[in-house]
Amino acid sequence: MNYKNFSLKIRKLILKIANSSQCSHIGSNLSIVDILTVLYVKFLKIKKNSFILSKGHACLAQYCVLKELGFITDKTLNTFGKNGTILMSHSSHKVPGINLSTGSLGHGLPVATGIALANKINKKKSKMFVLLSDGELDEGSNWESILFSSHHKLDNLVIIIDYNKLQSTNSVKNTLNLEPLDKKFESFGCKVLTVNGHNCEKIFKALNSKSSKPLVVIANTVKGKGVSFMENSVLWHYKSLDSEDYKRALKIIK
Amino acid sequence: MRKIFIQKLVKEASKNKKIVLIVGDLGYGIVEPFKQKFPKRFFNVGVAEQSMAGLAVGLALKGFHPFIYSIANFPTFRCAEQIRNDIDYHNLPVTIVSVGSGLGYGNLGYSHHAIQDYALLRSFPNTVIASPSNNQEVDGSLNYLLKNPQPSYLRLDKSLELNSNKKILNMFPGKWIYYKNKVTNKNLILSTGSVFENCKKLYEKHKEYNWATLPLWGMKYKNQQAKKIKKYKKIITVENHLQDGGFGSWLTESLTQNDNNIKTKIISKFLDKKVIGQVGSEKYLNSKYGLK
Repeated sequence: MNYKNFSLKIRKLILKIANSSQCSHIGSNLSIVDILTVLYVKFLKIKKNSFILSKGHACLAQYCVLKELGFITDKTLNTFGKNGTILMSHSSHKVPGINLSTGSLGHGLPVATGIALANKINKKKSKMFVLLSDGELDEGSNWESILFSSHHKLDNLVIIIDYNKLQSTNSVKNTLNLEPLDKKFESFGCKVLTVNGHNCEKIFKALNSKSSKPLVVIANTVKGKGVSFMENSVLWHYKSLDSEDYKRALKIIK
Repeated sequence: MRKIFIQKLVKEASKNKKIVLIVGDLGYGIVEPFKQKFPKRFFNVGVAEQSMAGLAVGLALKGFHPFIYSIANFPTFRCAEQIRNDIDYHNLPVTIVSVGSGLGYGNLGYSHHAIQDYALLRSFPNTVIASPSNNQEVDGSLNYLLKNPQPSYLRLDKSLELNSNKKILNMFPGKWIYYKNKVTNKNLILSTGSVFENCKKLYEKHKEYNWATLPLWGMKYKNQQAKKIKKYKKIITVENHLQDGGFGSWLTESLTQNDNNIKTKIISKFLDKKVIGQVGSEKYLNSKYGLK
């Protein structure tokens, strides 16, 4: 499958559903599309591997990927954000293909650490991927789990950071600076790789990298990636997509 | 109670390979038998309760039955959201074990007084609370939880060797364990948790009363209580917990959803909120603040 075509398809689908549901978090969704593309196309087809989307507010991107891969129907996807839907606006374990509901930040990594540990105890050769936002790293629970995973040398754990450098109301730098982020993870005992989070070949290479320690992939991303008027803007963490914006976005989307 | 718990867990873990024990840097002098026998199924996560609860969730998603062990409020309030969102909502077989129920760590101050834990745990719909009042009930609670792995909270007394002579055969949620059962009398002392000695004293004063405990309870089992309550004229509930969100409140609430004609009078004995901030032995604090 061609990465670029798949990512573009997902981005268009996100915009379509975002418009029909009038949801928020569009920028966060567009930020992780290329990461999800590589994960689902390359790694999660192997059933023994697992994935948790810890930044659950970007669930629409995940639901769109699951629809493309046949886990949920188009009809179900269209219920997103509507009354009585199974597709709550954060990742839900009621959706086929998702095993952990998230939404409160800082929960995904501790659970991923448990799955990685269980796979070690069971001597299963599988990888546990978990995708966190940068703002989410403010949560102390993550650092508790990084200490654990490093201490127990969980080399089957891959932590991906969606580093778009914007959090809820301002830049990461102006909110709670994470730099030097790579050195922080290294000092906690992880192997760290930094990649362009929109270059699928490079993402693949990084995620596939061998490591004797927990692997952290810092993916430099752009919030709102693909729709120029949404890129790098805090506004699109909240703003919903009206019909005019939707038409405009479809014309310029990359 | 702690030792009974570990002995039982070690015995069961030999047969049941799904059992994992995770501690939050506590349990010195208690958990070593498990650690020595099952080093690959024992983890000390350090002083990190959120990590401990999340780790247990991951293990449970892969089929294990983790027991997470710490003292007082650490494995409950410190990681309350992990219990709410991850353990309870996903209905996973994680057993949270807290040692030092009530004022067991009375001298250590308010941080170590587990007197609001029922309120937290009874707000989770899938969680069963196991608050045994003596060693026999610890055994019975564990038998149930091991056969029926589910979100659960096991509340253990710190050190009292609480024994009853009663052999408890079959424990299940909502079941009242009778220590004195007189068909003719319509008054009852009903407790949960490590207040067995307090109830014994109360019974000595009211020997005509019936006496029972309710060690396995929780939200799911509340409304079914009304049927049993209505057999009595008066029930005195006893607990080492604050009134709000406690056991007596739970029992009383069961009447608000059922037959309004139930005339049973429920009188609750609990810890007065004035105990907050007070320091002393468990016995001293209990007797001064509501539990003689």
